[in-house]
Amino acid sequence: MIPVAFEYELATSAEHALSLLAEHGDEAKLLAGGHSLLPLMKYRLATPAVVVDIGRLTDLSYVREDGDVLAIGALTRHRDVETSDLVRSHVGLLAAATSKVGDPQVRHRGTLGGALAHGDPASDLPAAIIALGGSMVIQGPSGSREVPVDDFFTGFLETTIGEDELLTEVRIPKAPEATWSFQKFNRRAQDWAIVGAAVMVDGDRCGVGLVNMDSRPVRAGGVEAAIASGASAADAAASAADGLEPPGDLNAGVDYRCHLARVLTRRGLEEAGR
Amino acid sequence: MHVSMTINGADVSHDVEPRTLLVHFIREDAGLTGTNIGCDSSSCGACTIHVNGEAVKSCTMLAVQADGQDVTTIEGLADGETLHPMQQAFHECHALQCGYCTPGMVMAAVSLLDEVPDPTEAEVREGLEGNLCRCTGYHNIVAAVLQAAGGAR
Ligand SMILES: Cc1cc2nc3c(=O)[nH]c(=O)nc-3n(C[C@H](O)[C@H](O)[C@H](O)COP(=O)(O)OP(=O)(O)OC[C@H]3O[C@@H](n4cnc5c(N)ncnc54)[C@H](O)[C@@H]3O)c2cc1C
Ligand code: FES
Ligand code: FES
Repeated sequence: MIPVAFEYELATSAEHALSLLAEHGDEAKLLAGGHSLLPLMKYRLATPAVVVDIGRLTDLSYVREDGDVLAIGALTRHRDVETSDLVRSHVGLLAAATSKVGDPQVRHRGTLGGALAHGDPASDLPAAIIALGGSMVIQGPSGSREVPVDDFFTGFLETTIGEDELLTEVRIPKAPEATWSFQKFNRRAQDWAIVGAAVMVDGDRCGVGLVNMDSRPVRAGGVEAAIASGASAADAAASAADGLEPPGDLNAGVDYRCHLARVLTRRGLEEAGR
Repeated sequence: MHVSMTINGADVSHDVEPRTLLVHFIREDAGLTGTNIGCDSSSCGACTIHVNGEAVKSCTMLAVQADGQDVTTIEGLADGETLHPMQQAFHECHALQCGYCTPGMVMAAVSLLDEVPDPTEAEVREGLEGNLCRCTGYHNIVAAVLQAAGGAR
């Protein structure tokens, strides 16, 4: 399988990437690790006329502390997130979720920013960022803006990133005392989650993000509210699938996915000490 | 586009279309056919090579993305007639039958031991989860990787 022919541009800085996007408009697609985009291009489900390669922007690959926040560059590879001491000690849930992405080969190439910008409800990382209450820094022609995760995912494979914009950084409140659990349910090694639950408990703050339970990555707000009002893990988890419309496919029907969401959320809450 | 990279220590440059996959560059332009294509869709790991010392699936990378990088394929592991310890361990443990998955399996295993030098059996199984073998049932592959790790200790 070979992609449709395209023009290739190598971005040498974030500003250069933005000017290439401005020049080529909706003809252009950014290429980070390529582990979502290249498979789509090989299946010819994506046929960009211009590919802007941001994979060499090493200055957007970092993990650093910024006061109460852990700032992670969008081009940081899964492998570097997974093994970062800062990530492990301040937002351990993200390290755990990242270590479950694909296989080592995938984690050597894929990036955190690419996984979030792709907006795939089946991806593990959006759920973790939802549970952790992170936000995205998006740079555009007129400067940069910070978007809380709850406003970031707008639909199936859609986010609030504009055609002329670049995701540059992911910001996550530090939670070194938090307990957490990442529950990923699949039937074969390396597979994507049939359903997943990312759970974080930090004092009276509780965050729950779900994988593959709607057309976009979702927060289980009802569960969080129930925990905040003192419900048990089992009682809180009972509402995990309320109002959600998960896909039904060969792996699992809708009812089974809703069941899994409740079970995995309960296990997650229990593992996180609730 | 002109693409240059080091493959197994030798400089290799060719003019290719930007859409050329790295695995095709390696097999067709560099003429190194040890790297196999299995699924062609990032699932089986047969095409695993090293870019800058780390295992990647060369069917899911463009050749241009490896421009200027250091690539190692299965042909680059042995030292003349002396097999790489991982190849030797595969040989001794009978870790292959048809051999189709073997180049990718060996490359993934070498990268795994770089990152986890003294793995448990579970870590070997997890570390090779991106590589499928339709013949062996994995048992002897896992044994070979553990033997190679022991030899390095
Ligand atoms: C075999 C395989 C198994 C996988 N298994 C899993 C799994 O179990 N769980 C999981 O969560 N993921 C999985 N993935 C997906 C993997 O995590 C991808 O790496 C990730 O989804 C995309 O990151 P990338 O850097 O490769 O992005 P790319 O593929 O380069 O880009 C993805 C999309 O995001 C856009 N984009 C990328 N970076 C930016 C940016 N900085 N600003 C704006 N837009 C941007 C691109 O234009 C493109 O539309 C798997 C992938 C493969 C190939
Ligand atoms: S051929 Fe590349 S992973 Fe199967
Ligand atoms: S030995 Fe035949 S596929 Fe592995």
